[in-house]
Amino acid sequence: MYQAFLIKYAEIGIKGKNRYKFENALCQQMERTLKPLDGEFVVERQQGRIFVEAKGDFDEDDVIEALQHVFGISGICPVNVIEDKTWENVAKGVGDFVEQQYDKLDFTFKVESKRSDKHYPMTSPEVCVETGAYLLDRFSELRVDVHKPEVRIWVEIREKAYVYSKVIKGAGGMPLGTNGSAMLLLSGGIDSPVAGYMIAKRGVFIDAVYFHAPPYTSERAKQKVVDLAELVSKYTGPIRLHVVNFTDIQMYIYETCPHEELTILMRRYMMRIAETLAKKNDCLGLITGESIGQVASQTMQSLAATNEVCTLPVYRPLIGFDKQEIVELSEKINTYETSIQPYEDCCTIFVAKHPVTKPELKMLHRSEEKLVGKIDEMVKTALDTVEIITVGE
Amino acid sequence: MEAYLDNAATTRVFPEVRDIMLQVLEKDFGNPSSRHTKGIEAEGYITKAVQQIAGTLKCQPKEIILTSGGTESNNMALIGTALANRRAGKHVITTRIEHASIHEPFGRLEQMGYEAQYLPVDQNGHVQPEVLEKAVREDTLLVSVMMVNNEMGAVEDIKKLVTVAKQKNPNVIFHVDAIQAYGKYKIVPKRLGIDLMSVSGHKIHGPKGSGFLYVRDGVKISPIILGGGQQRGMRSGTENVPAIAGLGEAVRLIYQQHSEKIERLYALKQRLIDGLTAMEGVTINGINGLPLTETAPHIVSASFDGIKSEVMLHALAQEGVYVSSGSACSSNHPDLSGTLKAIGVEDRLLDSTLRFSFSVLSTEEEVDHALEAVAKVLPQLRRFVKK
Repeated sequence: MYQAFLIKYAEIGIKGKNRYKFENALCQQMERTLKPLDGEFVVERQQGRIFVEAKGDFDEDDVIEALQHVFGISGICPVNVIEDKTWENVAKGVGDFVEQQYDKLDFTFKVESKRSDKHYPMTSPEVCVETGAYLLDRFSELRVDVHKPEVRIWVEIREKAYVYSKVIKGAGGMPLGTNGSAMLLLSGGIDSPVAGYMIAKRGVFIDAVYFHAPPYTSERAKQKVVDLAELVSKYTGPIRLHVVNFTDIQMYIYETCPHEELTILMRRYMMRIAETLAKKNDCLGLITGESIGQVASQTMQSLAATNEVCTLPVYRPLIGFDKQEIVELSEKINTYETSIQPYEDCCTIFVAKHPVTKPELKMLHRSEEKLVGKIDEMVKTALDTVEIITVGE
Repeated sequence: MEAYLDNAATTRVFPEVRDIMLQVLEKDFGNPSSRHTKGIEAEGYITKAVQQIAGTLKCQPKEIILTSGGTESNNMALIGTALANRRAGKHVITTRIEHASIHEPFGRLEQMGYEAQYLPVDQNGHVQPEVLEKAVREDTLLVSVMMVNNEMGAVEDIKKLVTVAKQKNPNVIFHVDAIQAYGKYKIVPKRLGIDLMSVSGHKIHGPKGSGFLYVRDGVKISPIILGGGQQRGMRSGTENVPAIAGLGEAVRLIYQQHSEKIERLYALKQRLIDGLTAMEGVTINGINGLPLTETAPHIVSASFDGIKSEVMLHALAQEGVYVSSGSACSSNHPDLSGTLKAIGVEDRLLDSTLRFSFSVLSTEEEVDHALEAVAKVLPQLRRFVKK
């Protein structure tokens, strides 16, 4: 007998002829996630099921936690695999499993069974009945309840016999790599890491860009963004973080344009730069953590103004979320504590007291005309001097 | 080129310190409490380090308690005194310009029921003896005054302060935070009348995690770390032998050719101040009308009008110049420097102040490089003032 994990997946079960692609991607992501852990793991597909066989010196909790970071998994069941599937041996194996999983053996239960090995001498109902009888015999305080059991014990007879009783919730979504890549605008705040997580959950690989403004923003502010990318990468796999030096561009806008337009104009240049980097990296869209009305640069007028400069689709998964909902998600994905470290990012320095909340495009175009020429040089320099930090490898 | 001018935050260990630490880490790694040869070897390092320390203070080895550094020494001095002298008095005195490792334990003393008094200082950071004299009462248990302030290098007249305090109440226990002073000054606690004195190893090219508390023979304090009874029960826990050996070595080296070293430091300080004051909108804090030699040899506090210290610090770091805004320990706190406020630095300059600090390893080239860097970034940063 040895241990394994039965992986249940939801949406990818219904993808028709492409199903194998989704399953391949899922297996690949599971292998990647399990690789750094102690122990040996074999990810195996058989008849519409994925199993992770675990050998060696592994820690069950670590394995489950790692698998909970893999998109595409709806449930994880710790399984005991019984190699010798003669009936007596299976019954004993099920009994041992129950003993090992539960401290108190006084619950109501029901045995469910599946038999893909049609040569097995017992039918599925027979397996249920016989296993139930064995358990009642062995553990005197167990009771059967076929309608509302406290514990369902699954026994599957395949090439080997499998027993499990718990389904641990997975991350849901679709396996990474089934849906192309997108470029995440990552700041040090609460929202953007969550936005990256949400899009990645739909099977999208994530690249990221951060706008750094030394010496006005500190090395620690940058480190904070790297740390956030690292945390998000637990879900998304490796992230290539593009660090853009934005100081000159920001200062030039500050010097040249009306102060209350600084933030929105900066945002427009950030989107332009992000889009260039996205195209360079074969990304099919941009991701931001914007939510309507949260701040001056996220009113519908402002969003229209930043949207205007891009041709790629801009994905804004948090657009209808309240702050509290975003905070809850960031706590769930463990980025909150890092996000609230108090380092200034480039959006908070030199910011106007009363920035425009309903920018008119005409007005912004007029301001940008004053920048043309010199700022294009600056954008080019910024793109040429991008520093790339890969996290989560 | 780099200029590390943040030596009041921490220093690089001397090569000799590293060597002896490696020796202990790799070869003589025994537990000093073990009865076998390995233990005795390790104990030898401790004995030697304590002798070296005691030598510099002209005190007895038994008057030294080894600690994990300045913060622990300060905590042990203050809390330990309160615990050991519960019936002796309910009044404790310190100043407004102390380090957090004094102010925080003072807060604890207040929770324990003590009445704490925080003395003001003048524009050069000096506690006036009359002010202290007035503050000391019959029920004053403890006075704690730092010898050298970490933010602008004010040097307190400890001898005078001890004298007036003890004249008023001979039972007062006088603690001195000498963390920025030891290694810069030859300090003989007995001559000054000091009862307790805290020192940190990593400010004098020793390792982090090392330090000691001087406890004058006859002064009663209670241990605050309890356990296996090491160091005569005053500070339990297996001794950090590598750090202690390193500390001993640093202590030995820092006091070699001492007066030459200090002269060099003052020359560097003068050079930096001359360079800075030649620039527009720069003021030096804490030297109003004082001869340089009455300020600490290694600390310069300068305010740069119209510039945020945090931004200036990063701009200088880009030029390879490393300094502090406020003191590195307090700069994590969002509130502005209490010390600078206490000496009357104008509000608008509080957030525009940097600290440059030297060590015996600092060079003229570093100072010149720092001055060039300041001259370069000042106009750049002043170009973009907040609208």
